[in-house]
Amino acid sequence: MSENKILLEIKDLHVSYGAIKAIKGIDLHVNKGEVVAILGANGAGKTTTLRTISGLLRSNSGEILFNGKNITKTPAHNIVNLGMSHSPEGRRVFGTLSTEENLLMGAYILKKYDPKTLDWIYNILPRLKERRKQLAGTLSGGEQQMLAIGRSIMSNPKLLILDEPSLGLAPVLVKVIFKAIKEISKSGVTVLLVEQNAKAALKLADRGYVLELGKISYEGSSEELLNSKTIQEAYLGKKK
Amino acid sequence: MDIFLQQLINGLTVGSLYALVALGYTMVYGVMKLINFAHGDLVALSAFAGLTIYVQIFGEAKSSLFLVLGVFIITALLIAVVGVLLERLAYRPLRMAPRLSAVVSALGASLVIQNAIMLIWGPNMKIFPSNLFPSTIWTVHNVVFTFTQVMIMGVSAVLMIGLYIFINKTKMGTAIRATAIDQDAAKLMGINVNRVIMIIFIIGSSLGAVAGLFIGINYRGITFDMGWMYGLNAFVAAIMGGIGNIPGAMFGGILLGLFNAMISGYISSEWAQTFTFVLLIVILIFRPTGILGETIAEKV
Repeated sequence: MSENKILLEIKDLHVSYGAIKAIKGIDLHVNKGEVVAILGANGAGKTTTLRTISGLLRSNSGEILFNGKNITKTPAHNIVNLGMSHSPEGRRVFGTLSTEENLLMGAYILKKYDPKTLDWIYNILPRLKERRKQLAGTLSGGEQQMLAIGRSIMSNPKLLILDEPSLGLAPVLVKVIFKAIKEISKSGVTVLLVEQNAKAALKLADRGYVLELGKISYEGSSEELLNSKTIQEAYLGKKK
Repeated sequence: MDIFLQQLINGLTVGSLYALVALGYTMVYGVMKLINFAHGDLVALSAFAGLTIYVQIFGEAKSSLFLVLGVFIITALLIAVVGVLLERLAYRPLRMAPRLSAVVSALGASLVIQNAIMLIWGPNMKIFPSNLFPSTIWTVHNVVFTFTQVMIMGVSAVLMIGLYIFINKTKMGTAIRATAIDQDAAKLMGINVNRVIMIIFIIGSSLGAVAGLFIGINYRGITFDMGWMYGLNAFVAAIMGGIGNIPGAMFGGILLGLFNAMISGYISSEWAQTFTFVLLIVILIFRPTGILGETIAEKV
């Protein structure tokens, strides 16, 4: 495949918390237009990987290339300017700001927010429009997740990184969230997704990586992963 | 009734000054979760620097409101620079350190500024000239207002309304609120947190600088350690209103000023400081997060 098809590339990434090594040399890449899922158990290093990509954590060694540019040492707020948006684990909406103020903060890097993007978000996540004036801290968990996703696409990013978007949500809301992610992907945004809900994630994704104790143990197309015996037993809840 | 109205005016005057200083404490706390103990000393520094600027640069000229405005602007800019340097030198290196280290650094910075003032201007009281503002006095129904008091209330009100609009209605203001709620999430929006912190110090220090100059003009005598007293009162005001909450600091400052004035008018000014802390304790018993400080339930 040609170089310019790759949007995000990670080479031999190592990350530690003090003496504890969380990421022990991973390589992964995301092509333009793809949806890529990272699966793995709690503590495998999924969130650490994402936080390092978006600049909230610093790596010990390795390289992160975004759109051909080395961003390994770029501060988080500048990475957003390059077209990467990260919706963090636990939603992290601004509780004492209104829903709409949260969305407008998502467009902070733009001179003025794009009203078309805002309308589009209200269209795919209509609940947000109803809750427009309400403080984000008073929304339900599912609504906060919708808001976190909406907020992260207000900057019209090239790459959207989602950390556990379905965590703790009722099945009916999980459906709404995944439908919205699908819409976002269809609009041309590349998506890198971390999920515990492996089945839903792989249904949506083109490819997947499995992370185990800070290393990639398995990678392949979603189909390959869905059909793999090991993956089925470990992450899809199928009995031997 | 005359005493009441007179103390109302006096209380609003001193309350406006407390509110201006309290805003500096509350904004820094809101974003950094740090009590900037050196803030009161910036207020004192402003009074001394402003006096020197007035005497040195404008001393020969006949005092005019225009000229005094110039002194206010130059002093506010100077103190804003000192505030930004204070953050760079005393707080930024400790951003990731335990909170206690930053508190110790803040106390240290307070001593450094206080002693710097003493070294530069000496340990004795300095006196502001009486001609910065016209000595006009109005008397309405036995209640006396000075021109200076009217200026203090008016300018403070304009600055506070301006700040309120900036924080609540502008993009940068919203970014400041967002950073105060969650710094990491703010970074993921593309907000430069260091820049937000710098803006907070610029605003807080300049408001403190305005208060410092007004203190000098109104009370005339300034001492190198006066920042401690004003700082403490303003800090108490910020806590009463709910630390981290901007309207809370404004409200707390005015409330404390009025309360102090009423105690001074009806009981004795000797007791004002004691009653300040009684009021603080009573408020904290019933509203542990301050009068306007609300904790909204976070959904998990």
